[in-house]
Amino acid sequence: MTVDRPWRIGLRVLALGYLALLLLVPVGLIFYRTFEHGVGAVWDSITTPAAIHAFQLTLEVMAIAVPLNTLFGVVMAMALARGRFPGKAIVNAIIDLPFAISPVVIGLSLILVYGVNGWLGGALTNAGIQVIFSVPGIVLATIFVSLPFVVREVTPVLREIGDEQEQAAATLGAGAWTTFRRITLPAIRWGVAYGVVLSVARCIGEFGAVSVVSGKISGETETLTLLVEKRFSNFDLAGAYAASALLALIALGTLLAMTMIKPRREEGDA
Amino acid sequence: MTATSLTGPRAGAAGGPPPAARSARPAWRSSGALGVGVATLWLSIIVLLPLSAVVVRSLDGGVGAFWDAVTSRQALAALRFTVLVSLATAAINVVGGTLIAWVLVRDRFAGKRIVNALIDLPFALPTIVAGLTLLTLYGPRGPFGIDIAFTQAAVLLALLFVTLPFVIRSVQPVLIELDREMEEAALSLGARNATIFRRIVLPNLGPAILSGAALAFARAIGEFGSIVLISGNIPFRTQVSSVYVFKLIESDAPTSAAAVSTVLLLVSLGVLLGIRGLGRWGVRHDR
Amino acid sequence: MISVTGVTKRFGDYVALDDVSIEVPDGSLTALLGPSGSGKSTLLRIIGGLESPDVGRVEIHGEDTTAVPAQRRGIGFVFQHYAAFKHMTVRDNVAFGLTVRKRPKAEIAAKVDELLEIVGLAGYQTRYPSQLSGGQRQRMALARALAVEPKVLLLDEPFGALDAKVRADLREWLRKLHDEVHVTTLLVTHDQEEAMSIADQIAVMDHSRIEQVGTPRDLYDRPATPFVMRFLGPVTQLGEALVRPHDIALSLDARPGSFEAQVARVVHLGFEVRAELVLGDGEEIAVQLTRAEADELEIAIGDIVHVRSTVLPRALTTGGVPAPDALSA
Repeated sequence: MTVDRPWRIGLRVLALGYLALLLLVPVGLIFYRTFEHGVGAVWDSITTPAAIHAFQLTLEVMAIAVPLNTLFGVVMAMALARGRFPGKAIVNAIIDLPFAISPVVIGLSLILVYGVNGWLGGALTNAGIQVIFSVPGIVLATIFVSLPFVVREVTPVLREIGDEQEQAAATLGAGAWTTFRRITLPAIRWGVAYGVVLSVARCIGEFGAVSVVSGKISGETETLTLLVEKRFSNFDLAGAYAASALLALIALGTLLAMTMIKPRREEGDA
Repeated sequence: MTATSLTGPRAGAAGGPPPAARSARPAWRSSGALGVGVATLWLSIIVLLPLSAVVVRSLDGGVGAFWDAVTSRQALAALRFTVLVSLATAAINVVGGTLIAWVLVRDRFAGKRIVNALIDLPFALPTIVAGLTLLTLYGPRGPFGIDIAFTQAAVLLALLFVTLPFVIRSVQPVLIELDREMEEAALSLGARNATIFRRIVLPNLGPAILSGAALAFARAIGEFGSIVLISGNIPFRTQVSSVYVFKLIESDAPTSAAAVSTVLLLVSLGVLLGIRGLGRWGVRHDR
Repeated sequence: MISVTGVTKRFGDYVALDDVSIEVPDGSLTALLGPSGSGKSTLLRIIGGLESPDVGRVEIHGEDTTAVPAQRRGIGFVFQHYAAFKHMTVRDNVAFGLTVRKRPKAEIAAKVDELLEIVGLAGYQTRYPSQLSGGQRQRMALARALAVEPKVLLLDEPFGALDAKVRADLREWLRKLHDEVHVTTLLVTHDQEEAMSIADQIAVMDHSRIEQVGTPRDLYDRPATPFVMRFLGPVTQLGEALVRPHDIALSLDARPGSFEAQVARVVHLGFEVRAELVLGDGEEIAVQLTRAEADELEIAIGDIVHVRSTVLPRALTTGGVPAPDALSA
């Protein structure tokens, strides 16, 4: 249907207006408020020891969670798209769970297993390992929430490209690993890349689950997002804005990566 | 109807992969099976184990305690508010999201690609930052003079932000794939635009809109980070279930927290299954 | 009658139609025939109101409809890929145009049943398009278009998405339907066999223009341009003239106006024989003979033979009237 001009303009204004009020103005304002008092103040704010440590911790956690989930994601995607095993539907549903569950519940679930009174709490304490209120807890929570991304991005790509190329490689004498390395992996790399970018964004941005398990000990178990909240609660608005601006900047970088990679996901080659 | 085919020897050798491929398969099978096993183990440890702990330990104090925790005045108030505001979010997204998807697919204007990219911002931005920005804009000392901090409207606003992409991204691909010729056929049969939209376009977008709305709903009922600053978390008024659970954890009442969480889990599960059912219905009519 | 005058249509820099004019007589089945990119679909869509011309006029039954939107032109349109409303049953599909016009339910039901009977889909009312074969979907699309009793029926490569066998069957069936229903029908196709076998008149198009309009016989026997000749059938070039392979006489000895050639291959196609020859200048040509003729001449690979046209070229590079000595092959 071809929409008449006045209608088309009207719809456009409505849509863009909604987006502006909901998305653009708020984010723009953060940057404005942040730099209201000059770049110097902002720089000081994000280079305090607490801030630097928060930044490092956030990156550390991400550096552990993302590769693990990527490995899991690719293996699981291969299993779902190429393999045959009973209970695929159940596995699919479980993989989707982290999307549908409140982060607070996720944090709680980890306490109930790994906390001092948790299922594994006794054994862990005896072994001298502390999970909750310590970095391992944060890592576990982050892995949980970012689990589905790579699987969900790679599985449809694998289904789309089919396994004919892999069969051809097999007829030419290639073993399973060689086929995977030289045929499958190049075909799915953009799907993997997109999944990784989404995971990274999720890891850096996680708040609710980490809020529950970390204990928010400044300089030890405080991530960047927790730092924002802490500063806000302490009425250090400028500090909160500064940390937020940093996170927003990272988010925009993520967005840029997403936009560039998205159209290349479905390409089975190059 | 007789078939006279002049094609050559019957291509009936489509029995299976050639022998060389057959011997290569088992290699993938065995290493593949190991991989699947490890991946499933990972999945179980990371996701299943903790979640089952929530359900099981919610009964630590017996069924009575479970029931009390779930039906306490505050728990019920929080649940009621959470479900209502999430439904409202989903409903608004159905209209707004479809509209935006339509404009992004069918309209042309400068900067459209940038706008399209920005739709994913709520996916990329940490929820706490989202909450802070909304508070800055629509709270006390906001530039517009609007102050809705600590009101139910604020919660709705935060949820609209974080759920923005769901319906849009769900509808866009379907709209792009939509057979324009169906609309032209309707046109040639005498239908006006409103009729075409109502009887041709909308029914075909239906499943996508609904599944996007369901995803938005599922996300909304669990949302925490963006709400915690702007809502004030006032019990019986602006407190959502996730914040209530958080309170219970902090007050060292993990069993009660687990009970309320179990209820939330059941709602999420229901929504997930609903979405999968919708997916199957949508495929039925496609070919 | 449909009357198109001086229509030009551009898409950006691309000229889809260049000053095209044509008249389609009432009740006829006219084919717009041409290769892809010739503009035939664009012309059809302009007549149907799905596109509007930059320059020119379209008249249907004497009324200037150039500015009339598609909804009100009273045309039926059938698309190559059926454009079935896949979320509606067959009955709802066929009834669509009538429900839009708010006809009474009983009338709609009766009309739908009648039409489904005509197109051979009686009993399929409650099926969905996804449950029908391609041919059945196209018949449903026809029923849907006919339901609103259009003045004109437009078909855009309606059989293009179907297998050869189904295509052949449906094309014959369409002709029979036309003979019964008598709606002015305009059919776009790139398949010359299709056009030749069912159309009353054919308009051959190439590169945004109409090359020639006429009956199938006219176009085949008296093509106006080399393009039309090549498009409608096999063509062999002898010297400066274009001749049909079956209008070439083959002899063992030289005759006036004949060319020398060497036999490269003899292909036996059942009743007919095709001799592939190489002319003196290296040109490869094909000549069509009956089995009897081939047996009598006893040609073999490597033989030197002589070929000449049995029709006199009317103009230098087109087909023409039979030559005086055509009978004495």
